[in-house]
Amino acid sequence: MVAEQRELRDDALNGLQLSTRMESIWRTPSGFSGALMSVDHKVVGRRYIVTAFAFLLLGGLLAVLMRVQLAKPESTFLSADKYNQIFTMHGSTMMFLFAVPVMEAFAVYLVPLMVGTRNIAFPRLNAFSYWMFLFGGCFLWISFALNVGPDVGWFAYVPLSSLQYTPTKRPDVWAQMITFTEVAALAVSVEIVVTVFKQRAPGMTLDRIPLFVWAMLVTSFLVMFAMPSIMVASTSLILDRLVNTRFYDSSSGGHPLLWQHLFWFFGHPEVYIIFIPGTGMVSAILATFARRPVVGYPVVILSLIATGFLSFGLWVHHMFVTGLPQLGAGLFTASSMLIAVPSGLQIFCWLATLWDGRPVYRTPLLFVIGFIVIFVMGGLSGVMVASVPIDTQVHDTYFVVAHFHYVLIGGAVFPLIGAVYYWFPKITGRMLSERLGRWNFWLAFVGFNVAFFPMHILGLIGMPRRVYTYTADMDWAHLNLLSSGGALIFALSFALLLANVIHSLRNGALAGDNPWDASTLEWATSSPPPPQNFDRIPVVKHRDPLWFDNESLPVVAGLSAERREVLLTSLAEAEPQIREASPEPSIWPLLTAIATTVFFIGSIFTPWAVLWGTPPMAVALIGWFWPAGHKEDEE
Amino acid sequence: MPVRMRTALVPFATLPLAACAGRQSALDPQGLQSNQILQTLFIFLIVAAVIWTAVVVVLCIGLLRRKRHADQPLALHQGFERTSGYVVFGLGLVTLIIVLGLSIVSYAGQRTVFAKDEHALTLKIIGHQWWWEIRYEDDSPHQSFVTANEIRIPTGQPVKVELESADVIHSFWVPSLTGKMDLITGQKNELQFTAKNPGVYRGQCAEFCGLQHAHMAFAVLALPPDEYGRWRDHENQSATSPTDTLGKQGEQLFRARGCALCHTIRGTLAGGQLGPDLTHVGSRTTIAAGTLPMSSATLGAWIADPQHIKPGSNMPKMPLQSGELIAMIHYLEQLK
Repeated sequence: MVAEQRELRDDALNGLQLSTRMESIWRTPSGFSGALMSVDHKVVGRRYIVTAFAFLLLGGLLAVLMRVQLAKPESTFLSADKYNQIFTMHGSTMMFLFAVPVMEAFAVYLVPLMVGTRNIAFPRLNAFSYWMFLFGGCFLWISFALNVGPDVGWFAYVPLSSLQYTPTKRPDVWAQMITFTEVAALAVSVEIVVTVFKQRAPGMTLDRIPLFVWAMLVTSFLVMFAMPSIMVASTSLILDRLVNTRFYDSSSGGHPLLWQHLFWFFGHPEVYIIFIPGTGMVSAILATFARRPVVGYPVVILSLIATGFLSFGLWVHHMFVTGLPQLGAGLFTASSMLIAVPSGLQIFCWLATLWDGRPVYRTPLLFVIGFIVIFVMGGLSGVMVASVPIDTQVHDTYFVVAHFHYVLIGGAVFPLIGAVYYWFPKITGRMLSERLGRWNFWLAFVGFNVAFFPMHILGLIGMPRRVYTYTADMDWAHLNLLSSGGALIFALSFALLLANVIHSLRNGALAGDNPWDASTLEWATSSPPPPQNFDRIPVVKHRDPLWFDNESLPVVAGLSAERREVLLTSLAEAEPQIREASPEPSIWPLLTAIATTVFFIGSIFTPWAVLWGTPPMAVALIGWFWPAGHKEDEE
Repeated sequence: MPVRMRTALVPFATLPLAACAGRQSALDPQGLQSNQILQTLFIFLIVAAVIWTAVVVVLCIGLLRRKRHADQPLALHQGFERTSGYVVFGLGLVTLIIVLGLSIVSYAGQRTVFAKDEHALTLKIIGHQWWWEIRYEDDSPHQSFVTANEIRIPTGQPVKVELESADVIHSFWVPSLTGKMDLITGQKNELQFTAKNPGVYRGQCAEFCGLQHAHMAFAVLALPPDEYGRWRDHENQSATSPTDTLGKQGEQLFRARGCALCHTIRGTLAGGQLGPDLTHVGSRTTIAAGTLPMSSATLGAWIADPQHIKPGSNMPKMPLQSGELIAMIHYLEQLK
């Protein structure tokens, strides 16, 4: 042992001295190169959030274009080719570049703060994940700008997406974009799981973990089990297209339905990968604005876990009209409906929370109330489409379009916008305007319902999805026009959000540490948090630490004040175990991401890219993992 | 022969809806199956409406009711915590029971909708980008024939369609008669339905199948059984040769300009297999897979420039002078 070396620990310092010292250790280097090297979860998380919202904006603009096209019959605003690219880009962007990344982005920013640690686990992997997401997203959108945007739907069913029927590069772009975002999502999931399991503040036992963190933990496991399925699917699609393998070719022993099974085995959990973080946001916001903890904490957690498990057992309801055996299809009806039970339990817990609480009607709570009203309707139309006979009518019609927008916008986007209003003060130090917030909510709520409710009826009166136009004698024109009008109002609400953000970044009221008098640890530090998050690691004695210890939070001391160090704790009881070094800023994640990007993009043009694309990646990874000469490594 | 043809054709002309698109709505059931599905849908709809209303009412009461006074968020009332636990658990149990009940309702409906009748009239439908090949098959090859984009069936008799695809995945959907079923490459699916009433029921491809997915419709004409029999006898015959000069010129052009490479007109030298069979094209209600209603003008527009009407379709633009176009239209129209 070399304990004699007298390392400076944080118990030897106090107050401003400690803050300054910690800040100098943890801060991101200044300048442009420093920005590229950052491994701070807050910096990466902020970039992730902003980038994901940029993709929301782009995807939303595409939706507006589609609604303009469909507003009247026989419209020539968009050509068939453009329309098919646009609906494919809308779905792919919203699912892969907005919904999943934005939830993970919030987790990257919030989870380390909520569990009371100084950085996320594997911070360099985190930086790498962001760069992969950014490059993958840009790859897709630059391709679209060059008229190589995918046009086979966000589900890219074979054989339409096979080389024979789509001999362009468009499906390759789609499939490889998937690979980028999957790598990014898997990386974040691993970080979240390890952060939650090993880096919680001392005393934060499993039953004191905030509900949002629980939600992100369950989500991360879903990602880890669901994403490999789509990676297998998209990789074998590229192989079929590039080197003539025959995974999906029915004339040589493959089968198109294999694609659908693989795709939906990912695709259905995907819905819950988007929705479960939304429920975490709802629980967080609800507790704060109902002024009491969420009723039934263990029920909510068990519901989340049950939802996670069940979500893997119902992918077949996307395939009810592919000619499955009837009894098998019937069983998937029951398993699909069964997921209403854990979802219902959560709703009942939230209703009970509002019933007993004393609601403070600020914008985040408005969005949560809107969420309940909309999501319950989406859940109930989900019970309808789970029924085989009903699904044979509504499958691939606008009824389903209405259903999943009620679930995804109601279940994830409304909580997300609520979360933006809720955590914006923490991230920027300034409040968003409450007046604009109310306008934002009401425009979103009204616009959404006017846009999407008529689609239920459109589906039932025969309008299929993914048609770029329809004839005047189909009686669909009025409802489509109404829907398009609603879509414009809904789009306006996002313009208002953007205006609010831009305005408040400079002019918003100063937030202070805890503007909402919330109970979780992210509110225990300044807004925005310093690079080290907390000067000293807090100790948690209650599920709602800031409500329990209103005046002063107990802390632990003894971490290094010379280098980046985090405290590892035990999985269940969060007992302190060891001090662990946390990586310094590094340019290697970016370089690795660039090398990987060249490899990925090259490999859709030539299989040889696998050969010449790997050495640069190897070099980058060697640079990344080169021993830094930590004292701990050498002991 | 001409006499019989006239008697066969008159009823078609009197079908009230024959000229327009026909009905395409799950809310307007004209078949046994669509009727059953709508009943199941109504049960679900009522349950859903009741639950949604209950949730919103509880939410509103919860927000508006007078609250106990407590300044401390953690000063919880033990009585409420316990009661709310029971209530949440009870409601969870109710949800479970409702879900199981609806599963049974759904499965019962499913059994009815997918019930099979051994004596069903069988036809084979093959999906193409972007049109429908319809094969009426019979034990006797003399009674088998091929048509396109328009299905005629007898009312009151179960019809079985065997579904296959020549290229990508399509989906056969006539909402007024029954739910949809996919046409999957390398797989044979089937679907049975029974039309209750005579009428024209529009159908449309429901699985995204490429550029012109939006223009892949078809019509189901349900006819009284005797009328259907007459139609079938007529449809089974080869095309009658044109007797007038213009018609003969059209027939000659059809061969000379390459139309015959893709299209079949039974009884002539035209035997192409790539496009729709045109033997009785003049009797169909629409052209280009439900894209346009059938008339001299639309037929002319379609032949003159198919890529303008349905960009990307496999039918090329053939250079025809206006006189030739008129002859061609005349020839095709008299292929009743």
